[in-house]
Amino acid sequence: MAEIQNFTMNFGPQHPAAHGVLRLVLEMDGEVIQKADPHVGLLHRATEKLAETKPYNQSVGYMDRLDYVSMMCNEHGYVLAIEKLLGVSVPLRAQYIRVMFDEITRVLNHLMWLGAHGLDIGAMTMFLYCFREREDLMDCYEAVSGTRMHATYYRPGGVYRDLPDSMPKYQTSKWRSEKEISKLNRIREGSLLDFIEAFTDKFPGCVDQYETLLTDNRIWKQRTVNIAVVSPERAMQLGFTGPMLRGSGIEWDLRKKQPYEVYSQMDFDIPVGVNGDCYDRYLVRVEEMRQSNRIIQQCVAWLRENAGPVMVDDHKVVAPTRLEMKDDMESLIHHFKLFTEGYCVPEGEAYAAIEHPKGEFGVYLISDGANKPYRVKIRAPGFAHLSAMSEMVEGHMLSDVVAVIGTQDIVFGEVDR
Amino acid sequence: MANTNETIAARLEERFTSKLERVPSSCGELTFIVKPQDLLEVAVALRDEDDFSFEQLIDVCGVDYLEFGQDEWTTHSATDTGFSRGVERQPVILDEADEFSAERFAVVYHLLSLQHNRRLRLRVYTGKNNPPIIPSVNDVWNSANWFEREAFDLYGVLFDGHPDLRRILTDYGFIGHPFRKDFPISGNVEVHYDAEKGRVAYKAVSIEARTLVPKVIRDDNRYSVDLKDTTDNG
Repeated sequence: MAEIQNFTMNFGPQHPAAHGVLRLVLEMDGEVIQKADPHVGLLHRATEKLAETKPYNQSVGYMDRLDYVSMMCNEHGYVLAIEKLLGVSVPLRAQYIRVMFDEITRVLNHLMWLGAHGLDIGAMTMFLYCFREREDLMDCYEAVSGTRMHATYYRPGGVYRDLPDSMPKYQTSKWRSEKEISKLNRIREGSLLDFIEAFTDKFPGCVDQYETLLTDNRIWKQRTVNIAVVSPERAMQLGFTGPMLRGSGIEWDLRKKQPYEVYSQMDFDIPVGVNGDCYDRYLVRVEEMRQSNRIIQQCVAWLRENAGPVMVDDHKVVAPTRLEMKDDMESLIHHFKLFTEGYCVPEGEAYAAIEHPKGEFGVYLISDGANKPYRVKIRAPGFAHLSAMSEMVEGHMLSDVVAVIGTQDIVFGEVDR
Repeated sequence: MANTNETIAARLEERFTSKLERVPSSCGELTFIVKPQDLLEVAVALRDEDDFSFEQLIDVCGVDYLEFGQDEWTTHSATDTGFSRGVERQPVILDEADEFSAERFAVVYHLLSLQHNRRLRLRVYTGKNNPPIIPSVNDVWNSANWFEREAFDLYGVLFDGHPDLRRILTDYGFIGHPFRKDFPISGNVEVHYDAEKGRVAYKAVSIEARTLVPKVIRDDNRYSVDLKDTTDNG
């Protein structure tokens, strides 16, 4: 009989299903995986070290580029840590805006995840459907910040500006006729809140569409049910957070357990899985999209009724408006100091965590009283999840690796930092 | 939050007596310093005892305290003498001493108890050893595996008992520990295409590091402990 040996296979870093730049070294016995060794760091940009060389506010933009499919949530973790050290409390309207955009970001992230996860294991149509809705949410980003992705919208002390009264509109081009454009622009006639409300009205129907395609789909179930089962005990041991932990049946959500901003005012439910397999994690995330939709609706209703400031009125931390700056000597001094030197943060350390779409995103800040952080540590949920890769794929087939990468919702911007 | 913090702190101090040393915090977080030799014992007790039950290790990170509290502009004396606008970049001197100062490197652990909904931070100073070495908590919490690899990669802290202490974020064959404060921000090497060799090769960096915004530390009496209103939301 021929001698049978294990062999080693290289997967990635340039592989369409590697979600970026994951390199996996797989030890295989036939088509069954014995061990997986992920090699990460190909996207390492030393964000934390760069942040140590800059005044606090200049690093907000770096946070967008960590997990580049849930940009504003990253910013949120960072500004919360700074605010904790400064002892600043944010105006109520800004808190509602933050919660609303956190949830928009969660939907944005889960749509990207659903599309890519579907595409990876054979459901091509999902990708097209999900990106259709993602486009609308990107427009919300564009309306408040001017950019579709890297918003830099949250600032220590609030958000950069109040919600706009108009939406950016499409223009005619040689690819799109007047008639098509007017159809696209119809829901963009009103304010941003009108646009978001229209979106939340139609979105549950869209989720129903995704579910008709997948939830009872025989092929989808064959690829996900009983794949990469993680017991609740192991999930805690391995440092799982977010949907990965909830998929294993542990009801833990920072929005409920350690509420920040105005989450304690919101009415929403936390979906929890039962078996801890890929299918349960899929169900959890899909339900999270529905719950996020509810939270967005509540925020829109509140924001319509209540006007108010969106930034702290403390010019030692927040720059005065351009108009004040031109008019008032003291404001000019504040403006100059903030933009040449920044503000000093009192000596101390703080850890702020938020319920990021992927899990617990934490920022640990150490300040020595200077205008730059002494140490920034970003606790990325994906890093802990990916470290469990070997355990999750052991004993599965090669094709299941792709399902596991998908279910972990890996984005290399945050894993490699 | 503050009250529960005090009760748990009292309980921890009672249970571990001299093994834990409390660090005061301005924003209502619990921090304790642990000696490296006590780390494993404390970790196991914190995980298993019902009073604490910190089931999750959320994060492990290294910290280098080499330049802590050092600024680039002397803001106090400057009013008398004035200062120039620019900052002379000091050449980076690699700290290759046989011994470090005892409080140079620290490893910080963030623990989370799902049962009690509580967080705890432990800090371990690695001591004077070069290379710094402390016990690994990988057997207590499996999530420590990659976090410790990262701390080793970026700070050069060794973890005794770690099953697979390899570099994780830096390039294959990387030299040095880039997050140490004596490692230049521009790095030591850059890659270029070498036409003679017909491949990509390393050479010493050609860019010169600049300081765009100098680091300053200013006394701000709004944050001073005596004047601070302790009732505000810390």
